[in-house]
Amino acid sequence: MVLVLALGDLHVPHRAPDLPAKFKSMLVPGKIQHIICPGNLCIKEVHDYLKTLCPDLHITRGEYDEEMRYPETKTLTIGQFKLGLCHGHQVIPWGDLDSLAMLQRQLDVDILVTGHTHQFTAYKHEGGVVINPGSATGAYSSITYDVNPSFVLMDIDGLRVVVYVYELIDGEVKVDKIDFKKTTTTSH
Amino acid sequence: MMINGIEDEDKWLAEGIAAIQHNAFYMHRALDANNLREALKYSAQMLSELRTSKLSPHKYYELYMRAFDELRKLEMFFKDESRHGVSIVDLYELVQHAGNILPRMYLLCTVGSVYIKSKEAPAKDVLKDLVEMCRGVQHPIRGLFLRSYLAQISRDKLPDIGSEYEGDADSVVDAVEFVLQNFTEMNKLWVRLQHQGPGRVREKLEKERSELRDLVGKNLHVLGQIEGVDLGMYKDAVLPRVLEQIVNCSDDLAQYYLMDCIIQVFPDEYHLQTLETLLGACPQLQPTVDVKTVLSQLMERLSNYAASSTDVLPEFLQVEAFAKLSSAIGRVIEAQVNMPIVGAITLYVSLLTFTLRVHPDRLDYVDQVLGACVKKLSGKPKLEDQRAKKQVVALLSAPLEKYNDAVMALTLSNYPRVMDHLDNETNKVMAMVIIESIMKNYTCISTADQVEVLFELIKGLIKDLDGTAVDELDEEDFNEEQNSVARLIHMLYNDDPEELLKIICTVKKSIMNGGPRRLPFTVPPLIFSALRLIRQLQGQDGDVAGEEVPATPKKIFQILNEMIESLSTIPSPELALRLYLQCAEAANDCGLEPVAYEFFTQAFVLYEEEIADSKAQVTAIHLITGTLQRLNVFGVENRDTLTHKATGYSAKLLKKPDQCRAVYACSHLFWVDDQDGIKDGERVLLCLKRALRIANAAQQMANVTRGNSGPVTLFVEILNKYLYFFEKGNPQITSAAIQGLIELITTEMQSESTAPNAASDAFFASTLRYIQFQKQKGGAMGEKYDSVKV
Repeated sequence: MVLVLALGDLHVPHRAPDLPAKFKSMLVPGKIQHIICPGNLCIKEVHDYLKTLCPDLHITRGEYDEEMRYPETKTLTIGQFKLGLCHGHQVIPWGDLDSLAMLQRQLDVDILVTGHTHQFTAYKHEGGVVINPGSATGAYSSITYDVNPSFVLMDIDGLRVVVYVYELIDGEVKVDKIDFKKTTTTSH
Repeated sequence: MMINGIEDEDKWLAEGIAAIQHNAFYMHRALDANNLREALKYSAQMLSELRTSKLSPHKYYELYMRAFDELRKLEMFFKDESRHGVSIVDLYELVQHAGNILPRMYLLCTVGSVYIKSKEAPAKDVLKDLVEMCRGVQHPIRGLFLRSYLAQISRDKLPDIGSEYEGDADSVVDAVEFVLQNFTEMNKLWVRLQHQGPGRVREKLEKERSELRDLVGKNLHVLGQIEGVDLGMYKDAVLPRVLEQIVNCSDDLAQYYLMDCIIQVFPDEYHLQTLETLLGACPQLQPTVDVKTVLSQLMERLSNYAASSTDVLPEFLQVEAFAKLSSAIGRVIEAQVNMPIVGAITLYVSLLTFTLRVHPDRLDYVDQVLGACVKKLSGKPKLEDQRAKKQVVALLSAPLEKYNDAVMALTLSNYPRVMDHLDNETNKVMAMVIIESIMKNYTCISTADQVEVLFELIKGLIKDLDGTAVDELDEEDFNEEQNSVARLIHMLYNDDPEELLKIICTVKKSIMNGGPRRLPFTVPPLIFSALRLIRQLQGQDGDVAGEEVPATPKKIFQILNEMIESLSTIPSPELALRLYLQCAEAANDCGLEPVAYEFFTQAFVLYEEEIADSKAQVTAIHLITGTLQRLNVFGVENRDTLTHKATGYSAKLLKKPDQCRAVYACSHLFWVDDQDGIKDGERVLLCLKRALRIANAAQQMANVTRGNSGPVTLFVEILNKYLYFFEKGNPQITSAAIQGLIELITTEMQSESTAPNAASDAFFASTLRYIQFQKQKGGAMGEKYDSVKV
């Protein structure tokens, strides 16, 4: 069993002062094995904070990230799953599932994690999964109105991944659970 | 020299102990034989050893303890008349025949103890007699220890109220008188010790003397434990006498120690009721006395007392504790002209701590303390002393910590005035403390007036103050500061759009003076704050109610435009371009076509004139196309202009693969997959064909430069775009075209000149698998794919 935290589009300090306190108290060091962040942190302080939660940190570049060295896309393998990471501002139309599915085929991954829309989504798609953890700070978005802060925790166990989405709605953290099973094997 | 001295002392001590043991041995024999005469003789000889002047207080104490233990045995003997056959009255006379005064006094005290216990005479008379006769020993160390012995044996025999030795009316007065007298004499002896011992190092002497302080202080403890000392007696008899001795002795060591003793020993309630007297003594102390510590301790005790129960609070008000402490501090600072500024500020910190704990509802007190501090600081150059700066930071931080509400600090008129006395560096430290307090407590600053005061307080972070260049600062520190300001901007908020707009304008005015290094930090949060406001107002077109509606999206867009313009001139074109696009989309959502068009124009101008880096261009094109694709506000003409530009830029990117990708992305500008979206199949196809041409060109170029045609990824990407529009029902995209593309890619991949590439192989394989998947899906989609063969 491996716990993977996926969170992105924090936009600190451009659009939000910090992570919500309720999230901060939930995210404690030592429990998470990997963090994947599709981007827009935007500053080093946030990077350093994430690093304290878990040293195994994977980030791709959002259009507001001050760090220029984050790659545009990244893939990594966790257990039986191949994960792909991309902020998503490069995929037009933004947030469009069919276009993201193309990126998923291109990266040849089981799970694609993207951001940019600030809207949590998780789609099962021709045997793969496309996840957008939303904005961890509930940052303003020109795409999504009334953004609630959210992040995703993936529990990867064998051929199964349980996606927990944590959303802060009116000061309360709501948790939702989505189950995925890997059915087809990709060519890797 | 010193080593010899210590060795000598050890020798003398050993000799003294040996002599005491020797005489004690014979004394024990006499006691066993119930021989009073011999017992008195040997005990007197034993006590004669205490007459030495050679020992330091420390060593003398050792010797004294030996004798003390032996005297306990003698006392037991004296107590039992049957053993020596002499009445206690006679015994009291008898021991006075001892030849030398010191042994005589020890014996007399010992017998006196028994005498009091026997109750043959009133305790007060015996005690008075003893304390008077002790005057005969004036050598400081010998006298101190003798009186200490007297204090020790008399402790449980004072004619206190409720004690078995209580005599006639008011005998507690005698008990107090006895202790006070012994205290006064002991303190005099202790102070005189200062002038003793020529040729010794003064420091060592003072240290030794300090070791004896508890002998003197013990008397105050005894006073504190006397039941009969009630508030009245403490106020009228005890405190004035003790203070008189403290002030008159003019010795800084004694004064500091004893003032502290008073504060620690007597109940807080007494301090509160005698505050005036106690504080009155402070300015009379020697200038070298650390009065600020004394006062701080007093205030600390009193605030703890206040915290202990709400019942005591009226007492504080009744005696006007704050006013008294405040004026005492003023007088002490005035009296001690040489007190360094840090001392004065430390006192104000203590007073502030006191009032915050005791009178949390009295903001005026807080302001008063700050005002006193301003007075002390004014007319002087800015603080240099690091410790003093630290104290000022402590002073200004205390109210923030207490109230957890920085808005409160904004109402204190003297708060900014204290900050004005800080040097730039400390001013910034304090500004950061204020921001941290706001962030930590999620304090919302909700009016433009408060924001104005706040930004005046933190001006050290907002702009260059006179005399500091920004370069002096480490870049990382600078970034951290400016990021804090950026965070802070999110805490300035009001639900009322008009007030929020006022806040935004106030902040804008401040940050626009920040200079080119600060603007990229401070402008974006304010932009997004304004964009949030626009979204709140969205739908209201403004101008409806005439000129008088201040908060309209149009007006805010003007402000946004000005702010972003300031960024583009820094220059920070990439950030400005992103913000222009954000605004364009917001204007789109408000249905303001000309505004959206204007923002797009600005973004395009920046793209053309300022963004030269090829990688930055690629990202900018993504953002331009992505935004443009979403906007629906434009009429045909404007839309054509903008899409034409965007496609043009895309085709002019430096690297062929980037060109190709940007161009096929532009296809989405002509096909928006919602109900009213534009659906221009022909132009979609044109884009895709153009992308194919570029992909071909890229391959040829690779052939020429590298000898192989590079990966076929671009073709697979375009194939996927074909599939996308095919599925969306674009009539221009036919299954034949798709089939052709699949074959083209297959051929390319099998060609000898194509470099093998696992990634593009996998991409193609998964694309084919996808087609298979769609075919098998059945239904309309399956049918559509029927003619595609893989």
